Amino acid sequence: MDWVAVGLTVKLAALTTLILGVVGLPLAYWLATTKRKWRPLVDAAVAVPLLLPPTVLGFYLLMATGPNSAIGRIYGRMFDGAIPFSFAGILAASVLYNLPFAVRPFASGFAAVDRRLLEAARCLGASAPRTFMTIVLPLSWPAVLAGLALAFAHTVGEFGVVLMVGGNIPGVTRTLALAIYDDVQALDYAGANEASALLVLFAVSVLAVTYSLQRRVLPL
Amino acid sequence: MTLLDADIAFRYPGGGAGIECAWQDPIDDPRVTVFLGASGSGKTTILRCLAGLERPDRGHVRLGDRTWFDAGRGIHLPPDQRDLGVLFQDYALFPHMTVQKNIAFGGRGMPRDAAAQRVAELLDAFGLRGLEHRLPRQLSGGQQQRVALARAVFRQPKLLLLDEPLSALDRATGDEVREELRTFIRTLAIPAYIVSHDRVDALTLADRTVLIDEGRIVQAGSTKEVFDAPKTPAAARLVGIDTILLGRIASVDNGLARVMVGTQEVRAAAPAEAGHEAALCIRAEDVTIALHDTEDLSTVNRWRAVVRTETSEGPFVRVGLDCGFRLSALVTRDAWKRLALAPGATAWAMVKATTIQAMARN
Repeated sequence: MDWVAVGLTVKLAALTTLILGVVGLPLAYWLATTKRKWRPLVDAAVAVPLLLPPTVLGFYLLMATGPNSAIGRIYGRMFDGAIPFSFAGILAASVLYNLPFAVRPFASGFAAVDRRLLEAARCLGASAPRTFMTIVLPLSWPAVLAGLALAFAHTVGEFGVVLMVGGNIPGVTRTLALAIYDDVQALDYAGANEASALLVLFAVSVLAVTYSLQRRVLPL
Repeated sequence: MTLLDADIAFRYPGGGAGIECAWQDPIDDPRVTVFLGASGSGKTTILRCLAGLERPDRGHVRLGDRTWFDAGRGIHLPPDQRDLGVLFQDYALFPHMTVQKNIAFGGRGMPRDAAAQRVAELLDAFGLRGLEHRLPRQLSGGQQQRVALARAVFRQPKLLLLDEPLSALDRATGDEVREELRTFIRTLAIPAYIVSHDRVDALTLADRTVLIDEGRIVQAGSTKEVFDAPKTPAAARLVGIDTILLGRIASVDNGLARVMVGTQEVRAAAPAEAGHEAALCIRAEDVTIALHDTEDLSTVNRWRAVVRTETSEGPFVRVGLDCGFRLSALVTRDAWKRLALAPGATAWAMVKATTIQAMARN
């Protein structure tokens, strides 16, 4: 077993999940409560990784963050390095690519909370953030947990976008999924088998847990 | 004097009549005002505009020197910055919080002791002692309403808004809870606006009644005044006048009009000159049913009628009559038995001209 790859995979998934929690919760709340006309556009933008091949997202991300791009230049000046083929690169890619896996369960969980409870809280003097913390989250935590678990699990299993943006650098961007690919290329079926079995077991457990949390909030 | 000054225009996204109403109301005395309207008349939307849950398209809402909403100046305070308590139609109690936590929800920023004391005070006032650790789903409908009301008044709001406070309950419980609600509202001494489709709510709870039809105020005044003298057919329908006849004034003699309703003639105090259209309101309880016509009565309106329907209403019987127009009569069960009438039978319907309320129509 390639324990370096396992460690890297867990680190990537954990950080991705953390960032998706911070960014995804407010985004999902906005999606669940807004009356703005352009909400469907944002909905579509969040969900589009579900339909795109990972190579497309990876390609655009490489273009947008390359050393000659605006983002790449700013990043280079700040951190003395480049985004493509780095851990930061695959982290950014994972966050974008996993957005729907976190935001959609969050949003459907929030939407299932009776709107009148939110209105009642507002009429009782609670600000929007406080309403979110005291009413929405306590009533939709299974959905939030499901979203976080799905995002984590999906990041663990991500292959294409990591390969596109991160290359395949041991200890830097070579996650478990990539290690399996390498094992097979090298005809090391025993190694591939071990890692694959681990991923299957992991995926089934995560899904079992999330389904038992709340079936109806899953987008799958 | 603190004045609630509201001028609200609101269009529904799907079209329709929308809301257009303006009123001013001194809210220093804790008066109770009922907004009475049929479902779909826009009364709940008016309440939501006051609470800040909807944003009107035009107009303003001011309470004293505070502006809650002003379309022209782009002001729209969110509900949490308006000093009011709202009781929602099915109470919207927080299902994951105990009675105590629900009541104290508005107490953020209050010292812990003061909040606890206020909760204790309200538990006693609303008869909720012993229920403080229950969850909302473990309460009866009436108890839920008391919790919701206690929660709404926790911060001692300047104005209380109640949206159909009794419609979530069945009729029998509703009657009981209405009585409770009346006592609570009186004791709280906070001016209250109640939105309702049930005229019993207005008659039992309201000092003032505002009649709403298609998003417009059709009449406003003291409850007695509004129920005694509705000014338009829409208002008459809302206050429960049983029969509203539309006709044309054929002649006026000494202030008494002969109004032609179809081919029938009805006498009533003249609301306008001859030639005008008129609406005549007749309450079912003002209709007398007789077996024979007689000149021995002072009653001038006496019509030959066929009994069409009879419906039991407690100690009374509601009788549907056909006099050339439909007329609803309410008589005691004893009287109905004595007359020995049944659907299909012929009788006489009599209505004193003085009890008919006539209004001019444009």
